[in-house]
Amino acid sequence: MIPMNNVARRLRDGHALPVTMLVLALIAIWYVGAVWLNSQRIIDGYNDDDDMKGKWTMSDLVRDTLSMNRPVLPAPDQVVMELDRSVLEVAPTSKRSLLYHAWVTLSAAFVGFALGALLGIALAVAIVHVKTLERALMPWVIASQTIPILAIAPMIIVVLGSIGFVGLMPKAFISAYLCFFPVTIGMVKGLTSPEPIQLDLIRTYSASKSQTFRKLRWPASFAFLFPSLKIAVALAVVGAIVGELPTGAAAGLGARLLAGSYYGQTVQIWSALVLASLVAGLSVAAVGWAERVTMRHMGARP
Amino acid sequence: MNFRRGDIAVALTAIAGAVALFLPLGAAGGWPRQDMLLWIAALIVAILPALDYLAGPASSLLALLGAIMGGAALYGLVDAGARGIHAPGLWLGIIVLAILAWRAMAAAASLAVAYKSNLLHLAAPILLGVWAIFMWQVLTVGFDIPRVLLPPPSDIAVAMVGSAHDLMLDFVQTFIRAMIPGYLIGCGAGFIVGVLVDRVPFLQRGLLPLGNLVSALPVVAVAPIMVMWFGFDWQSKAAVVVIMTFFPMLVSTIAGLAALSRIELDLMRTYAASYGQTLWKARLQAAMPFIFNALKINSTLALIGAIVAEFFGTPVVGMGFRISTEVGRMNISMVWATIVVAAVTGSAAYGGLALMERIVTFWHPSLRKVAS
Repeated sequence: MIPMNNVARRLRDGHALPVTMLVLALIAIWYVGAVWLNSQRIIDGYNDDDDMKGKWTMSDLVRDTLSMNRPVLPAPDQVVMELDRSVLEVAPTSKRSLLYHAWVTLSAAFVGFALGALLGIALAVAIVHVKTLERALMPWVIASQTIPILAIAPMIIVVLGSIGFVGLMPKAFISAYLCFFPVTIGMVKGLTSPEPIQLDLIRTYSASKSQTFRKLRWPASFAFLFPSLKIAVALAVVGAIVGELPTGAAAGLGARLLAGSYYGQTVQIWSALVLASLVAGLSVAAVGWAERVTMRHMGARP
Repeated sequence: MNFRRGDIAVALTAIAGAVALFLPLGAAGGWPRQDMLLWIAALIVAILPALDYLAGPASSLLALLGAIMGGAALYGLVDAGARGIHAPGLWLGIIVLAILAWRAMAAAASLAVAYKSNLLHLAAPILLGVWAIFMWQVLTVGFDIPRVLLPPPSDIAVAMVGSAHDLMLDFVQTFIRAMIPGYLIGCGAGFIVGVLVDRVPFLQRGLLPLGNLVSALPVVAVAPIMVMWFGFDWQSKAAVVVIMTFFPMLVSTIAGLAALSRIELDLMRTYAASYGQTLWKARLQAAMPFIFNALKINSTLALIGAIVAEFFGTPVVGMGFRISTEVGRMNISMVWATIVVAAVTGSAAYGGLALMERIVTFWHPSLRKVAS
């Protein structure tokens, strides 16, 4: 039997090959969809044009549908070109640079993420230590998530704006509200995760309540904290984007989306969408990286 | 005579409550007679039994009664015109009331544990909710907070009653016409694709990371595109909901179908069960907790999607439309009324799904009653 080398085995068993194939398939479907969705308007154009009427070929149609100015669905390469134009060819500090807008959104998201994570951890510590709080508050923490808070984000922005509170913080509040829930739930789970036998052991050491917390509960909670933080950071980005939608904010990815939809600039919408996805994905990856570093530092074995 | 530490706290609370009677109340002048009597009665009812070591449900009920009477008395003060920093008597009373409410909550929580009653388990959170609304009312009125910033709950209630018809129409447009079809199509499609993909390990290995990635993306941002494609009416909102709910359901279904361990699958094989039988009788049952998890997450996501999509264009009805126009007119009580409707809708949908989950997955360890 021929021994398979490492690369071949990883190709066969890993995720890389199927994911690549699927992404390629999705891009192919996107192109077909772009031709199909845009064809109606192009064909109408042909029929109005005496030179082209009845003489156009399939390759004309494909070429024209993929290079429209305001397509129903822009082709992937148009989106990439737009990204290239607005990210690489203008200075990142310019208002025409998409990177500038991404930074406006991301800074609000990160401030909100930090606030929300701190609040979530503090709440979890309180809930774990005060029985009455657990009984009375926990149901509301859960109920707070069935409220479509994202939908009232605009109101928070407008109301805070009306008392002269504008800029980064209102958006950060929305992100923080979205963030605290997964962190609280995860931390409560994590802080109560030590087994009775471990709690008994540390009691035989006559550890105080705060020592139990510092040396057992807190380190034990990390395995639950990081998955919650990953969910939270993704939510923070969503919160910051939606927070920019209603007020006609001047800058930010959400503002780009709204401006694009007002003026029918589909390519602009799609490029903002792609960049938003990249930003969210990178944020989650950054938390994942922090998780690996912390876990290794704490002596966890992969 | 031995004092417990709690007793000293109780005594201090009683003294503070008594002192509040003699502090100025600003525009209200002094304590109105009936409020003063009610307040004194509240203090006696809530605090004296605690000093006397009266145990069990009787003292809990007295704590509750005292908190309610105290709240009524203090609200009488606000009604009589006690406002802001000129009324330290009111605010000292509020602090005492917070302690009384906390004691009532603790009593309700310990009663619920002692009697193992589901209904009593609701008592503490309900008390906290009532207290929070009371504080909201007292603080907004007592400090004359501008209505534009935060209207008191009474204003919101008036707006809800006054515009009940509009709110109903919004509810029908956003929830019944946009969200429910989108939710059913999105969850249904996610489930079906998940079951189909399960037969093709290659696709499954590719879709799982992609699905997880998409779940982390700001999917709601496709709303403007959907509005452009499907028009202003409910179809575009339903489309946003479909996209938002599809991937969580797909990922959960795939994970759920993989939940059964080797030994159970082998057992099914020894019964000579066909693929369909194994799927229906074992694997789908094991997947139910995962699927319900996705259904619950999706119910909130769907409501968000339906409302946010309305910010990008809608006919002149719908919760998102109402929120954005009333914000523009600075009619904030109406916005809050819409939010209350959305919150109740969201909670009811979530609660209904949780109830269904209990019925369908009665066998799950988290729902089993501990035999005692």
